[in-house]
Amino acid sequence: MFEADTLAVIFVGLMGLSILLYAILDGYDLGVGILLPLDQGNECDTMIASIGPFWDANETWLVLAIGLLLIAFPSAHSFIFKELYLPTAILLVSLVLRGVAFDFRAKAAFSHKPTWNKVFKVGSLLAALSQGYMLGMYVMGFENTLMAYAFSLLSAFGVAAAYTYIGAAWLIMKTEGALQKQAVQWAKKSGWICLIGMIAVSIVNPLINTEVYLKWFSWPNMLYILPLPIVCFALFAVSNQQLKYLPQKDDKNCWLPFVTAVMLFVLCFFALAFSFFPYIVPGKITIWQSAAAPESLSFILWGAIVVVPVIISYTAFSYRVFWGKVQELRYY
Amino acid sequence: MLETLMLSRIQFAANISFHILFPTITIALSWFLFYFKFRFDQTAEPVWMRAYRFWVKIFALTFAIGVVTGITMSFQFGTNWPKFMETVGNIAGPLLGYEVLTAFFLEAGFLGIMLFGINRVSARVHTLATFIVAIGTTLSAFWILALNSWMHTPQGYEMRDGVAFPVDWLAIIFNPSFPYRLMHMVVASGLTAAFLIAGISAYRLLKGDDKQAPKLTLKIALTVAAFLTPVQILIGDFHALNTLEHQPQKIAAMEGIWHTEKRAPLLLFAIPDEESRSNHFELGIPAMASFILTHDFNGEIKGLNEFKGNHPPVAPVFYAFRVMVGTGMLMLFFSWTARLQLWRKQALSPWLLKGLVAMSFSGWLATLAGWYVTEIGRQPWLVTGILTIKDAVTDIAPENVGFTLVLYLILYVVLMTAYLHTLFTMAGRAIEIEEISDDEKIRPLANITSPLTRS
Ligand code: HDD
Ligand code: HEM
Ligand code: HEM
Repeated sequence: MFEADTLAVIFVGLMGLSILLYAILDGYDLGVGILLPLDQGNECDTMIASIGPFWDANETWLVLAIGLLLIAFPSAHSFIFKELYLPTAILLVSLVLRGVAFDFRAKAAFSHKPTWNKVFKVGSLLAALSQGYMLGMYVMGFENTLMAYAFSLLSAFGVAAAYTYIGAAWLIMKTEGALQKQAVQWAKKSGWICLIGMIAVSIVNPLINTEVYLKWFSWPNMLYILPLPIVCFALFAVSNQQLKYLPQKDDKNCWLPFVTAVMLFVLCFFALAFSFFPYIVPGKITIWQSAAAPESLSFILWGAIVVVPVIISYTAFSYRVFWGKVQELRYY
Repeated sequence: MLETLMLSRIQFAANISFHILFPTITIALSWFLFYFKFRFDQTAEPVWMRAYRFWVKIFALTFAIGVVTGITMSFQFGTNWPKFMETVGNIAGPLLGYEVLTAFFLEAGFLGIMLFGINRVSARVHTLATFIVAIGTTLSAFWILALNSWMHTPQGYEMRDGVAFPVDWLAIIFNPSFPYRLMHMVVASGLTAAFLIAGISAYRLLKGDDKQAPKLTLKIALTVAAFLTPVQILIGDFHALNTLEHQPQKIAAMEGIWHTEKRAPLLLFAIPDEESRSNHFELGIPAMASFILTHDFNGEIKGLNEFKGNHPPVAPVFYAFRVMVGTGMLMLFFSWTARLQLWRKQALSPWLLKGLVAMSFSGWLATLAGWYVTEIGRQPWLVTGILTIKDAVTDIAPENVGFTLVLYLILYVVLMTAYLHTLFTMAGRAIEIEEISDDEKIRPLANITSPLTRS
């Protein structure tokens, strides 16, 4: 048996892990959706085929993350979603539209296909924007000030750009020919917007939240926290350099941008997590204040210890089955 | 202007009603698909693969809508019913958590391989993936119904400072109404899928499709339906006995019994009236309700008078129950008539084919009606004896809830239109496009004598 306090830490860790996995995994497939061109070329089909076998499992990480928040920190769950009532509704509607468009576009009468493509693109974009907006409001401690709204809008575009960036990197890895060249261009452009967004968040976050400021700029925290942004910028520079030379002969290094993007996501996530821990609602509720009963948490923890490794291994299996460049998707 | 409570209730009911439609199909359809694929592996008859290929597309579409509307569900508790999780979250949380961990990931993880992986893995692994997806959908039903049943008949917990704490997890999961509800729901899913398959196959035959696959699927679906309908009626009866024991006021509302009585009649029709606390235009079979519920014509049934101020609204429960049972009777009629005719004449007359097309979505009707009986029947409680609905509701402004409600309703109308349209477009297209392979024409299909072949 674990102590109640330890359980709260374990569960916030598990929740963090699923949020991070969600952002990376659904990030690339939302990104591919945002990039979908609206002409009727084959490119559309190839791009969607590259995420076809994965998107459902990717979204399940969101269900797990929300589920863990609900299970482990019920009062925080109520608080956060009451504050974010409308953006949540918009997120949900866009995820619904996008998820169904994926299937309808392949099955509806041919004349409707362009419409579903549009729905897919708009749904992906709105989902990314609303997630970014929610992140912004969260960082701002759900304040109802003009500043908070402005920051959340900025954050909305930052997250959308980050998803576009990792989506483009995914396409560089999974496609070839003209589409791959196009994806390199996309990655370059969205990379810049991403960078601006990251800089903005890094500046605004400590300025707004004194607690965060104290944490970042106190000794010895600075020692291991300051390298984070430095490594981030270094990664950006490296990635930018790589993109200039892609695609290469025999498709060497086509996986590099994606790996770089994943590393960026991980670093940003840790920077944020570090800023807020042990708060689950910044400045208001800590994980210990809102943790559920230890008997409930240990009941689910034992299950998680057994099941999560199994989930990770069959997810890996699925990625291995669909390894390599995209092929046409056929249902059967 | 409606207040937040009412709007939240309508929104919750709309969301869950819409969500449940799609899992109800996929839970059982996944087992049908597994059967088709398994038979194909065994016999190598192309017709099984064709049946699989046609229905797996419908499965994929239905599953996708089930997943995305389900994601909406998982946000609902926090957004509209904050007190629900704060009061019983210690119990509801882990049950939902196990559903995500054991069911959702399993489905989602193997769905990609099932849908798109057939050329990338061996036949055996592909069939296995189909099997695992079927297990996953059934496990979801297991966990979510454990939670829902616990809300009806809670046990295995203790209250401390107004919050429920778990004491015995086995007692919580296997609470008294759970086995009945699980079986009833899984069989409901079987019937929904069977009538959908029969309906769409009949539609293809009516449109002049002369291929093997729709005939084969029609026959299988009818066999399953003919078997499951009586089973469902039997389970329903047991379910009602269980409810009589634990939620007698629900039974009184279902049967429209205002005053405790012996030799209670089985009402086929009536108009319950809350004002006068009696029924108008009663038409019933004398003493039959007493017999069904107590297995004794003289058995006493508690009436609503014993639960004054603490019983659900009668009319919706009463009507919904009759819609469900009525649909069940229609299912019995159509499945047996059609199956017998197939057996005797090897073909179906056009009126029966048309009847089956009309019954395509009868499973949806019965399932929704059944859920309305169950859920409205437990009012005013959200969790029996622990939390009432009005105590659980959020304090968000009614304008906001009204806005999201309208948003969801528009979305659902659009999705439903697109879904139905696509379903029939796919059936129509299969008639034109799906190739009849040469070997199918030459060989008269020795071991699959499909019902409607006239050779
Ligand atoms: C295809 C679907 C279907 C069909 C044909 C029937 N039912 Fe049903 N019924 C359901 C689908 C369903 C359901 C959706 O599965 C419900 C809602 C909640 C639940 O546990 O099962 C339900 C609920 C439900 C309840 C309420 C349980 C409670 O108290 O919570 C009773 C008493 C019955 N059913 C009884 C019957 C009887 C006597 C039937 C005979 C014809 C019947 N059902 C046909
Ligand atoms: C198994 C999971 C389920 C859970 C946890 C659950 C939970 C709830 C909750 C919290 C309410 C109260 C909110 C309200 O009054 O609207 C409710 C009511 C309701 N539920 Fe369920 N429900 C479940 C399944 C279903 C299904 C599958 C359906 C229908 C297809 C359904 C239909 C309804 C309806 C119509 C109400 C409204 C009753 C009323 O308020 O008068 N429920 N349920
Ligand atoms: C309050 C109630 C409910 C909640 C919160 C809920 C939540 C969800 C969520 C989040 C998903 C998507 C999972 C994924 O990402 O793969 C889902 C899908 C699913 N749900 Fe529900 N659900 C509820 C009620 C029900 C009920 C009553 C049933 C069946 C009896 C059910 C059966 C399923 C199944 C089988 C799926 C898989 C998708 C499909 O088959 O279409 N759910 N649900």
